[in-house]
Amino acid sequence: MRATMRAPLALSRAALFLAPLAQHKGRLAVSVLAIALGVALGYAVQLINAVALNEFSQAVRSLAGEADLEIRGPRAGFDEMLYARVARMAQVAVASPVLEAEAKLPGRKEPLHLLGVDAFRAAQVQPALIGSAPADLLDLLRPDAIFLSPAAADSLSLKPGDRLAVQVGLTQQSLRVAGLLRASGRERLGVMDIAAAQLLLGRSGSISRLDLRLRPGADMDAVQADLQAQLPPGLIVERSHRDLQRNANLSRAYRVNLNVLALVALFTGGFLVFSAQALSVVRRRAQLALLRVFGVTRGGIARMLLAEGALIGAAGAVLGLVAGYLMAAAVLARFGADLGAGEFRGLHPDLHADPWASALFFALGVAVALAGSLSAALEAARAAPAQALKAGDEQTAFARLRPAWPGVALLLAGALCTAAGPVGGIPLFGYIAIALMLLGTLALMPRLATTVFAVLPLPRAAGARLALAQLQGAPGQAAVSLAAIVASFSLMVAMGIMVASFRVSLSQWLDQVLPAELYMRTGMGGDTGFLSPEDQERIAALPGVRRAEFLRIEQLLLAPDKPRVALLARSFGGDDPGQRLPLVGAAFAPRAGDPPPLWASEAMVDLYGYRVGQVVQLPLAGQLRRFTVAGIWRDYARQHGSVIIARELYMAYTGDRKANDVALYLAPGASPASVMRAIRASIPGAANVEYGAPAEIRARSLKVFDRTFAVTYALEAVAVIIGLFGLSSNFGALVLARSREFGMLRHVGMTRRQIGAMLAAEGALVSALGLALGLALGWVISLVLIRVVNRQSFHWSMELHPPWALLALLAAALLLLAMFTALASGRRALGVDVVRAVREDW
Amino acid sequence: MLVLDKLAKTYAGARSRSVLRGVDLTLAAGEYIAVMGESGIGKSTLLNLIAGLDAPDAGSIRLDGVELTRLDDDAATLLRRKSMGFVFQAFHILPYLSLAQNVALPLVLNRVAEDEAAARTHAMLAAVGLAGREASMPRELSGGELQRAAIARALVHSPKLLLADEPTGNLDPDSAAQVLALLRAQVKTRNAACILVTHSQAAAATADRIVVLTAQGLREAG
Ligand SMILES: Nc1ncnc2c1ncn2[C@@H]1O[C@H](COP(=O)(O)OP(=O)(O)OP(=O)(O)O)[C@@H](O)[C@H]1O
Ligand SMILES: [Mg+2]
Repeated sequence: MRATMRAPLALSRAALFLAPLAQHKGRLAVSVLAIALGVALGYAVQLINAVALNEFSQAVRSLAGEADLEIRGPRAGFDEMLYARVARMAQVAVASPVLEAEAKLPGRKEPLHLLGVDAFRAAQVQPALIGSAPADLLDLLRPDAIFLSPAAADSLSLKPGDRLAVQVGLTQQSLRVAGLLRASGRERLGVMDIAAAQLLLGRSGSISRLDLRLRPGADMDAVQADLQAQLPPGLIVERSHRDLQRNANLSRAYRVNLNVLALVALFTGGFLVFSAQALSVVRRRAQLALLRVFGVTRGGIARMLLAEGALIGAAGAVLGLVAGYLMAAAVLARFGADLGAGEFRGLHPDLHADPWASALFFALGVAVALAGSLSAALEAARAAPAQALKAGDEQTAFARLRPAWPGVALLLAGALCTAAGPVGGIPLFGYIAIALMLLGTLALMPRLATTVFAVLPLPRAAGARLALAQLQGAPGQAAVSLAAIVASFSLMVAMGIMVASFRVSLSQWLDQVLPAELYMRTGMGGDTGFLSPEDQERIAALPGVRRAEFLRIEQLLLAPDKPRVALLARSFGGDDPGQRLPLVGAAFAPRAGDPPPLWASEAMVDLYGYRVGQVVQLPLAGQLRRFTVAGIWRDYARQHGSVIIARELYMAYTGDRKANDVALYLAPGASPASVMRAIRASIPGAANVEYGAPAEIRARSLKVFDRTFAVTYALEAVAVIIGLFGLSSNFGALVLARSREFGMLRHVGMTRRQIGAMLAAEGALVSALGLALGLALGWVISLVLIRVVNRQSFHWSMELHPPWALLALLAAALLLLAMFTALASGRRALGVDVVRAVREDW
Repeated sequence: MLVLDKLAKTYAGARSRSVLRGVDLTLAAGEYIAVMGESGIGKSTLLNLIAGLDAPDAGSIRLDGVELTRLDDDAATLLRRKSMGFVFQAFHILPYLSLAQNVALPLVLNRVAEDEAAARTHAMLAAVGLAGREASMPRELSGGELQRAAIARALVHSPKLLLADEPTGNLDPDSAAQVLALLRAQVKTRNAACILVTHSQAAAATADRIVVLTAQGLREAG
């Protein structure tokens, strides 16, 4: 007898609990995958974040050392006379001046972070910057001696005694590697004597930072306030390591965006769990009722279904953690900790799986899956068992989803959230608005389905007629599939519209800001390259050049808690700047007696409250200068703010006659290539400069854009595809659950073809409605993305350019997919033996 | 053992219907009765009330002195789990569990140790003529076999009261007779009380006594 028992009986509660799960492995796997994807994305972003912050804080700590306060100002530096004044202050124990630059290394893309320090002062404030007892102590002062951090020496393949070339202006200067720094860490930097560095960089009399240590017992707040009052405009005294905070904020918007993508994926996952569980509970309604009859309590049923959800979540989370770790490792290996944004150039980070973060993301995965299962679990527990044992009772399960007010309330709340400003630089309410709108629409889905299907006229063809009747009689079932389509498609549409709008706007913007025929830039790969006044004269005098417009870029510190603002001093060659700039909104012509004009980027409006016509003050060379805001322009290149003023004015105010870039308009008959050759021939060092024709720059910019969005887009696509996959498997399950009905229809004489037509019509009706709603919702979400999320994250606007063709193609593909899924699952359902199909129980 | 006193039930709602009125019944331990009555008169409703799956509007149901109508849902569920067994017209065997797992369901819910549960399941299946089919899946069984498995499941935890709602409604006369004989034999061996709802005179004849449900209440069949 025992020999016939094929498996152990497994008469345990666990077996009882696990057995139904095996029933729908496919849908289970999709739910698990979706959760896994969300967790993986979130976890990977978190890991990369942690690495980046860790690297950054290490670097800042070793550079700033033991300083209590720091004085900072424009990127180009400030007058070193301040040093003498501050050092004499009673409360100040040591003042250590620093000159900082990103030294351009010929033939290399990555600059070397160069610090000029006063060795004797620095030893007391930033000991890590001082070399490990050089053989010759005088090297600390020699003008051509540079000390490299081990990481820099390593990456440049240099050892003490070797020579290192640095580009200053257009010429090359040669330095001798005198030794290695004691500094550990992976920061690549070089240290020189400050006077030598000033000489080398042509920045005599200028320092870029003053690190202070106070006497013991000094009141730091009082000293800070006192100092700030004495500083010339444009300089800020702040607690040491504030820089850490400010720079950590730099890429926060970008990271938050990635995190939100992860949340979208998680949401899709939670939603899939929801629809899978809702359907599975409906299908198992009689089975669950039977358990109730046999003495499982309501709580027991709810716990059982929640445990199913938790199990899905746990499996997905574990998978996601592993995948996320691998993803982070791959990304770090490929792009570095800044994800290609260029902030942590030269750092080679280590990846650490922080147990807390891992636990957090595991919990998040489980929580999302639990939330997805909650409504199904409660619904199943609520069901009256005697009722549920009767056939045809499934609709009562869906009927409960029907009241309209929660959906309307969610939509209204979402609309209200779009009006709120950013929180700590993050468009928190924008994201909440999107989530609320999505949830609101989904909550309204059953009601919408009922209303729409009720007003459609019954068609004549038997298949289509039955299809509509089925949808009218069981709109709740359709609503679950509908919700899945709407959720996936609306997110797809929103992303599509946003990216297309951004790309078209960017492309138009590039056309507008690149009117010349040839561009020369010295600013790539460091900030020590520039065009001297003599270089400028020679370029302008070349026979092929009709007009040369020079640009000087400076970075001003306007507020202690914000990154520096770019000041673009440029010539317009006599044109009306208002015509040349990509202005948004009205322009304002300063009247006679008004301060000179300034054009501010949109970020200046968001971050500093600039308004057209307003008079603003900028600290230039230690003096506050007044300008009239003559217009707001769109700047897709700098998200932390930029202002444009006339270069003549800038030179008059600062005496700085250098230039970073030049735009060349060619004389008739001259070609960009011939002019480029002429420049190289006539100016020594001009080979080290980047040249670009507008078309190339344009193409390069768009390529960078596409690459940036390729990542986001790919992730989004994966989430959406998983969503659709889940949708089709859910739809299949729904159809399969109706095999009894099909068996009956076959019995009463419907042909297979008619049943197929019926299912295809159902699929088409449901998905057409879903796609229409998804398009509408996606449109609204894209507006929120463009007007709220993007604006608050990056402070630039864009015009709406929906990619109609792409959207239509997508919609058509989805429609076909839905019909195909319906047909395919219909074939499977019809494959079930007609006789067995009408038997009870399955 | 089971005492119904002036039981009444009205289905609320727009089409409110009074289904049961003035139902009195006393059932002794181990007694086997058949309930007959025209379709729609409320026989199934009556069983649901006794099982605690639905609440009456008036009257009382006492099982060994415990007033069922005063129990909350969880307490009623626990009582049902321990003291009652069910056989349905539509079998309701869980399709994803093996026969043994189906039969053992009440034992598992009552937290009987696994070894003992296996032994009792084995014995119970043998008693209903399904020895050796422990690992079979429900789809591999005929209707009569499924109903015998359902009887095994209804009795495996030795309930005091078995409620059977048209257990032979889906079966051919031969299988029906076989199942009814089995049901009676098993109920009697285990000394359980049984209420059998049926439309069939032949089925009703297997009971100790027959009562008929009418719109006025229960009366003994003459
Ligand atoms: N949930 C309900 N809501 C409203 N009325 C109901 C409900 N369930 C049953 N009824 C009605 O109550 C009456 C009794 O139903 P019940 O199922 O108890 O009848 P029955 O005697 O078992 O009939 P049958 O012999 O056909 O099974 C029927 O008229 C039925 O229409
Ligand atoms: Mg009945």
